[in-house]
This record gives sequence, C-alpha cells and structure tokens, in this order.
Amino acid sequence: MSEISHILPLSKPKEGISRTGTWRLKKPVIDHSKCVKCMMCWLHCPESTIDVVESSDKFVEVNYDFCKGCGVCANVCPVKAISMVPEG
Amino acid sequence: MKLVVMHLTGNYAVAWAVKLSRVKVVSAYPITPQTTIVEKISEFVESGMMDAKIVRVESEHSALATVFGAASSGVRAFTATSSHGLMYMYEMVWWSAGARVPIVMAIVTRTIGAPWNIWSDHSDFMSQRDTGWLMMFAEHNQEVLDSVIQLFRISEDPRVYLPGMIALDAFILSHTTEPVDIPDQSLVDSFLPGRRQPYTFKSGDPITMGNLPSNPRDNMRMRWDVHKSLVAAKKVITEVDREWSKLTGRSYGGLIECYMCSDAKYFIIGAGAWVGDMREAVDMLRSEGYEVGLIKLRFVRPFPAEELAEVMRGGKGAIVFDRSVSAGSAGPLYLDTVAHLGALNVEVPVKNVIAGIAGVDVTYNDIASVVRSFIEEIESKGVVSNYVEWYFR
Repeated sequence: MSEISHILPLSKPKEGISRTGTWRLKKPVIDHSKCVKCMMCWLHCPESTIDVVESSDKFVEVNYDFCKGCGVCANVCPVKAISMVPEG
Repeated sequence: MKLVVMHLTGNYAVAWAVKLSRVKVVSAYPITPQTTIVEKISEFVESGMMDAKIVRVESEHSALATVFGAASSGVRAFTATSSHGLMYMYEMVWWSAGARVPIVMAIVTRTIGAPWNIWSDHSDFMSQRDTGWLMMFAEHNQEVLDSVIQLFRISEDPRVYLPGMIALDAFILSHTTEPVDIPDQSLVDSFLPGRRQPYTFKSGDPITMGNLPSNPRDNMRMRWDVHKSLVAAKKVITEVDREWSKLTGRSYGGLIECYMCSDAKYFIIGAGAWVGDMREAVDMLRSEGYEVGLIKLRFVRPFPAEELAEVMRGGKGAIVFDRSVSAGSAGPLYLDTVAHLGALNVEVPVKNVIAGIAGVDVTYNDIASVVRSFIEEIESKGVVSNYVEWYFR
C-alpha cells in the first residue's frame, strides 16, 4: 500500500510571534542568591516564560520577550527572591 | 471452520464484537436502549474475560471526549449511545471526525423527543450524516457483530482514518435474541491488524490538535480531505467485506446488498432492521407476479451513489423507505438517492415513503401494500402523484 497523506489539523509548539513582553508594567527581577531552586515560579508562570537552565548558575531565567509582568512568580516564591520592579 | 453459535441480543452482539476487537478503553453514559451494551462489556471486564478500562462519566459529551482522548493516545476505543445521548454528544462527533481519530460507536436508534419515547426510528442516527463519520446500518444481529469488527478495520485503514458509527434498531435488534456465530479470537486477530492511526499523542513529542489555522483555506482543505477519505472508503468497504466473507463465509455486499434485483423493474430501497421485512415483502410480491427487487443501503456515508445507479439504470420505479424525516423537505435517504440518481442520469421515478417514525410498527404486509399501489400508479398513469407520502397504518 502506498503512503497516504491526509491533511491533518496538527501543529507543533514553537515560540510565539507576538512579543507580549511589551505589555509589561512591572518586571520580575530574580535575586539568584536567595533562590532555593524549588521551581515554583516555573510551575506557576501562566505564559511559560520562566526557563529552567540547570547547567547555569542562575538556574531560573525570565524570558522578557514574552513575560507580561503579571507577578504570579513573585507571589508564589517561598523565599521572596523575586521582586516586581516598575518598567522604564 | 467451527461455528460457535450463541443466542444474543443485538446489544450483546455489539459487546462481543467489541471484546473480539480487543478494545482497550470504553466510556459511555447509560441511556435506553443502549445501556445493555456497556453493561455486558462491564461484565466481560469485571470477570477478566476482557482487558479494558471502563471510564465512567457524567454525560455523553464526556463519554465521546474520553473515548476520543484514549483513541488519540493510541488505543482502540469504543462508545455507544442513543437518541438524546447522541444529541448531547453532537459537538464531539464533529470534533473527532475533524481530528481524524479512528473510533467506533454503536447507535441503538431511538426517536428524539418531544415527547419522550424510547422506540426505534432513525432520526438520531440520520441527523449525524454531515459530520464526516462512516455511517452504516445493520439488518440483523449477526450483521451487527460482523460489522462492528469490520468498522474498526475500515476506520483504521490509512486510506480512511475516520471514526465510524453503526446503527441498530432499538428493541427490534437491540433487545431481540437471535442465533449469532461468534468468530474465533484468532480469526478476528488475523482480520484486525494492530491499531493504526494518523498520529498519536505521546509525552516527549508535543503536538497540538485543532489549533486555529493561520489560513482558513487550510481548514477547508481539511474538510475536503474528510470528504475525499469517505469517498475513498468505498473501495476499503468492498475489500473488507470480501475478506470477511473469505474468513467466515458471510458477505453483506459491502456498500449495498441486492435481493432479487437482477431482473427487477421496481426497487424497494431501505436501511436498518426493517430490510428483513422488505425481503418478506419482495417474496410476497414476486409470488403475485410483481417484478420487484430490494436494495439494502448498508452504508449511508459514504453514500453508494454509483452502486445504486448501476443497479437501477433501466428500472421503471423505486420507493425509498425512510424511518426519519428532514422535516419540511423529505426523508434523508430519499434526498440522497434522488440527488445522485438525477446527477448520474438515471431516469427512474422515485417515491419517498416516510414510515415507522417514533416506533410505529411496520410489517411486510404494509410494505407490500405500499409497493403494490405505487406500481399500479406508475403502470396506469406513468407518474408518481404523491412523491413524499407519510404512511400511517
């Protein structure tokens, strides 16, 4: 039987086109010296803009191209390592 | 071949076929007259005769969503419903066809309210005809069992990759016992290959199904592909019927089955359990000298247009019996039949008889009397005066 290809409603996830970081009024800034690597910020970020980079000293980094500045990460951080700093 | 014959209701025949097809996930919500299908499957699972997971849900919408989810992740999955349950499921019926996920669903046909009524007509089933599912009818309980197994095979064929539903008439089949041959598990295993589907959701390989297309043209092409695949399914259906016949000795003709058609001038066209009564009517009319044949529509999606045209070309007239109606127009089987015959230049007068709605009993005597007056009208006047007739006994 020859290969049959159908037109399927599938897509692969990739980084978005819209830079939603420009919407931000306050910016989360991480104090890496306080971070306990619990990954609560990574888990709770509604936009998946917190990347865990295990090999890096920083461990967690915010992707500011897409972070909308909602502050959920700062709120859930158990050691208050994230502060919301007004933009610009 | 060793015959293992058991006395099964139509619903138990479905359950046996699901077990033989090695279905892994079943989810359903109880509704008369479907319920005993899933009750029987639950017994199989509970007693260890069947290795499957039964997922209890709070509605039919969730039942099909569950089955769709299970099937998307790579297992054979099954559900069954009737009437209002199918209405409640309607959104997911479209969604699973658009997603191209092979699923099999049994519809124990039951009329739709208001008023409340549990008896058989085809209103629930026929209302699904635009969804993109394979749609077939069974005439008797052996055909129910054989067809459920065949439908898994057709649905999972790479040329098709669409879900399929099979209609069995409430009570007339669903709760009536008939002798049914249960094929050997090894025979079914040889007929049904391992699960095939166009994509599978797996952890570690994220894909999204059903996102907004960036261009509606892509969306239109997806719908076109559903249509093309249903048309392509005709060949698959015929092949599958032939192969099943080699294994079991039982053939149902694939898309349509003809009875006494070769020399017939007039045709009775119907689908579902009352095709059995139509056979009796043909025998009776033949003994009276009428040149009548019967065309059983086994599949209504894909619609067997060319197959009907081939049989009916040169005929003098036909009656399509519909057990549902597109209110304000005519019976759905009739509408499909006349549209395609007309386009294929088959110039045969076709009459529509709407009967058996809401479970009104229709006997072979009724069918024969309708056919007799139709033939007499054509022979004497050459035209059909009342082309959509509501038949009340």
